[in-house]
Amino acid sequence: MSGSTQWPLWEVFVRSRRGLSHTHAGSLHAPDAEMALRNARDLYTRRSEGVSIWVVPSASVTASSPDEKDSFFEPAGDKPYRHPTFYEIPEGVRHL
Amino acid sequence: MNSTPTDTDPGTGAGLGAETATAALALADDALILSHRLGEWAGHAPELEEDVALANIALDLLGQARILYTLVGDEDELAYLREERAFRNLQLVEQPNGDFAHTIARQLYFSTYQRLLYGRLATGDGPFAALAAKAVKEVDYHQDHAEQWTLRLGDGTAESHERMERACTALWRFTGEMFQPVGDGDGLDGVDRQELAESWLSSVTAVLRRATLTVPEGPRSGAWTAGAGRQGLHTESFGRMLAEMQHLHRSHPGASW
Repeated sequence: MSGSTQWPLWEVFVRSRRGLSHTHAGSLHAPDAEMALRNARDLYTRRSEGVSIWVVPSASVTASSPDEKDSFFEPAGDKPYRHPTFYEIPEGVRHL
Repeated sequence: MNSTPTDTDPGTGAGLGAETATAALALADDALILSHRLGEWAGHAPELEEDVALANIALDLLGQARILYTLVGDEDELAYLREERAFRNLQLVEQPNGDFAHTIARQLYFSTYQRLLYGRLATGDGPFAALAAKAVKEVDYHQDHAEQWTLRLGDGTAESHERMERACTALWRFTGEMFQPVGDGDGLDGVDRQELAESWLSSVTAVLRRATLTVPEGPRSGAWTAGAGRQGLHTESFGRMLAEMQHLHRSHPGASW
């Protein structure tokens, strides 16, 4: 298991039920996509957690940088008018 | 471990005919012994993910063995207290793990056989139909796992190709035994052995060709081949494996976690 020969890393997304979206479940090593799917089946769905699996090479994921966290997310924090809390909900609508 | 094959034969279980009990025992022993061999990889597989995959297959097989043993008698007694000569498993499944290619070749040969056999048993209405219908889905996956690896090792690097070829050839002589009758009669719901053997050969041939491997030549049954596991004759390494498998139960009867 030396670093140079290690299999690439894959991110695993599992859909637990029809109608729900795929959720990130974890990651694993596999030599290629087909084997990654099978490994994901063994690692993440053995207790019937899923009906569908996606695997994505971890290298293909572009992630936001922790250094930019302030400029990325903080400006949204103090803008309550972006939340739909100023609307009066009509009496008749119970399940909005 | 020099007892004769008959003196530790278990009694026939609840309502099963003698022939069916013999067949159940043979299928159960196949599953248990291969399960134990695969279990030996735990902590040693080339990658953590493969460790889990092999353990999963081992556990599927262990589950099948338990159901089958229950048809015949007490599962602990059958698994832990029989002598070597009383086991009816194929010699193929007791072969040592060897390198990863050997394990995969053994798995390809056996899973293909088991998938075809269980597929046929599942469509009948015999004593094995219910078990086979459930198990065939598990075995489908085992076969797929072995096939995927055979393709990658056979059509991989020069080294992996050579090792896979060596493994396929080494284990070839153990494959004829799968299609011989189990015991005196035929307790396997009249599954056509000849037809099973032909389906197996064409399925395995197709995988080996796709993997750019040579289909081994040489007889798979007859005077110069191995295979009398169904009669209780086993290969050298089996005794050692059995000693390890049975040691705990024999030293501490009734021990539980």
